[in-house]
Amino acid sequence: MARPRLTRDTLWAALGTLGLDRSRWNAQDPIVRRATAVALWLAGGIVLIGAFGSFNWTVFAAAAIVFALIVPPYAQLPLGRFVLPLAVLTVAVTYPFYLDELFGWPIFGPFPAMNTMVVMMVFVMMALGLNVVVGYAGLLDLGYVAFYAVGAYTVGWFASDQFSQRDFRFGSVGVSPQVTGIHLSIWFCLVIAAIITAVIGVIIGLPTLRLRGDYLAIVTLGFGEIMPQIARNGNELFGTNFNLTGGTQGITPVDAPGFGSWINTNVGLPDNYLAPSSQTIGFLSDTVNVFFWSALVLVIFTVFCSVRLRDSRLGRAWIAIREDEVAAAAMGVPLMRTKTWAYATGAFFGGIAGAFFASYKSAVFPDDFFFNISVFILCMVILGGMGNIWGVILGACFLSYLDREGLANIGAWMNEKFSLTLDVPKYEFGIFGVILLVVMLFRPEGLIPNERRRAEFETGVHDQPLYDVEA
Amino acid sequence: MADLLRAEGMRKQFGGLVAVNDVDFTVPEGSIVSLIGPNGAGKTTFFNMLTGVYKPTAGRVFFDGSNITGKPPHAVTERGIGRTFQNIRLFQTMTSLENVLVGMHTRLTGGILRSILRTPGLKEEERQAGKRAAELLDFSGLRGRDEELARNLSYGDQRRLEVARALATKPKLLLLDEPTAGMNPQETREFTAFVARLRSEEKLTVLLIEHDMRVVMGVSDRVTVLDYGEKIAEGTPQEVQRDERVIEAYLGSGALAG
Repeated sequence: MARPRLTRDTLWAALGTLGLDRSRWNAQDPIVRRATAVALWLAGGIVLIGAFGSFNWTVFAAAAIVFALIVPPYAQLPLGRFVLPLAVLTVAVTYPFYLDELFGWPIFGPFPAMNTMVVMMVFVMMALGLNVVVGYAGLLDLGYVAFYAVGAYTVGWFASDQFSQRDFRFGSVGVSPQVTGIHLSIWFCLVIAAIITAVIGVIIGLPTLRLRGDYLAIVTLGFGEIMPQIARNGNELFGTNFNLTGGTQGITPVDAPGFGSWINTNVGLPDNYLAPSSQTIGFLSDTVNVFFWSALVLVIFTVFCSVRLRDSRLGRAWIAIREDEVAAAAMGVPLMRTKTWAYATGAFFGGIAGAFFASYKSAVFPDDFFFNISVFILCMVILGGMGNIWGVILGACFLSYLDREGLANIGAWMNEKFSLTLDVPKYEFGIFGVILLVVMLFRPEGLIPNERRRAEFETGVHDQPLYDVEA
Repeated sequence: MADLLRAEGMRKQFGGLVAVNDVDFTVPEGSIVSLIGPNGAGKTTFFNMLTGVYKPTAGRVFFDGSNITGKPPHAVTERGIGRTFQNIRLFQTMTSLENVLVGMHTRLTGGILRSILRTPGLKEEERQAGKRAAELLDFSGLRGRDEELARNLSYGDQRRLEVARALATKPKLLLLDEPTAGMNPQETREFTAFVARLRSEEKLTVLLIEHDMRVVMGVSDRVTVLDYGEKIAEGTPQEVQRDERVIEAYLGSGALAG
């Protein structure tokens, strides 16, 4: 592209007047060059944080970690490909311990608080699920929120007093003996939710996946609208007085996760996340931290499955379908079955995410499942880079952070600096729109693009439909 | 020789246009049969009906003893018909090796659970598949191009990769749709020899759509000529070359000399 080169040329011209020569720079070892460039960027960042943020020593620690991770060529080492994931994982797992020490960013303010982090992890999981459908198989799904809703309501049914005419409990924690209803352990509920959502994914997929492109998008949009309507009006299903979803009031309270007293006494894991007993291991007694670590485990599970599937026979078939449906079918890829698997897989993870979130919030409300959430998750996938797991994680973290904290922080900063009284979070979707526009203009393949996707953006996919194809 | 493929009364209508009209057609096992005809004669439509891409308006297709009429493309491929496309349809942003591996889809078994768990059996299967794919690339003349993205291959190599991908489906019958289009004479000669090798070494039956008469006359056992969707002649290359309707419709007087 012409634009960055232009800035680079100007920069070198400016440096030339100071006696720095470009050809000598290019003659250096690539590692030296990368180290210098990264060091300069980091130094610039430190100066900015020093000037406008709340500065402390952790800035240097963070810069050192980033430097150590980006610069050395780990990829050339044996097992080097595990270095970056493990380092990121370590940083994430230990986050609650050093959060309070961290410096603050200019404008954005402090790092996300723990409850924001939990929500971010939930959205990462959902975005990764949608990434299977949109990023791998190339099926535009505008109704992904439906799966999120099904997952959440499943927990609502199996871990609350919603069906108070029954009284059944199995492994539930923190439920008072007076309360009736079905109370299963949240861990079972996650599994049940995942399976039910995957089945719903297949049911929705079978009629819709026969369509392609725009038609598919519109039908999924329809399903995304139907689901919250069912949720909203499901308190008197078909006039039978059977209360399925609690209507506009939703289902509340939903049970909390926990490992029960036996594991608590013998292993030390919290018996009940909301009220851990004194036998719980010290650092596992903090409610929001254990929610965060649990969410992180689910995210790791999702990433693991995503990677394995991407590199499998099924993953190849998904990419083949995205590239050219007719050729894929002619090479023996059953279109319907393969697409339905993508749908079911995406739904599976969406269901787990929804179920976990419902338990975290201890509530399920129909208003949480409207169309804007589908778009929100799709934005995460597109912004980060469709098909690339790192990109999708980054996109999901960034957008859900903005949604929960970032915009409010930016607003507070603006109002104070310029003595305004703007309610910035109100302009949320406008701001997201602008972000998406900017990304599409300057980096249409996403922040961290998938190699293949980058190639597709350069040449375009040639999918000339042959209209009679049925799978 | 028994017939590997038998098509009876094949007809395809697009609205008011009859693209293929009442064509009977057989491919004996172990033979190389060519389908020729002027542009728009319905050759590719006929191909698409055989492979399930189009549903025939009327007619039946029998392959290897079973009726495959109206079966979806992947089921036809699974039964043993591999094909290439007239306008190359590779998976452009996948590597050569991955393209061939997609071709093996029906011959591999890895399901969703086994893929996630990556069981020893699956690992072994994937290893074997990779090895076989590399062999196929070798056989098709793409040695050392395994990791190249399909879109970065030269035109001739893309054609070869299409054949390698079709071979990966383990076909009994290979359908080649104008495989030498755009090749230079040298490449065409090599390709003709390659098709002959497919029959002798891989024991394949080949059905060829072709414009280049040297290829058709050089390798075919039988030639069928379509014009305006109708079969106007059928026979050995020599018989067809002498047929007056063929000369009139398609070959022109120059072809007799060639």
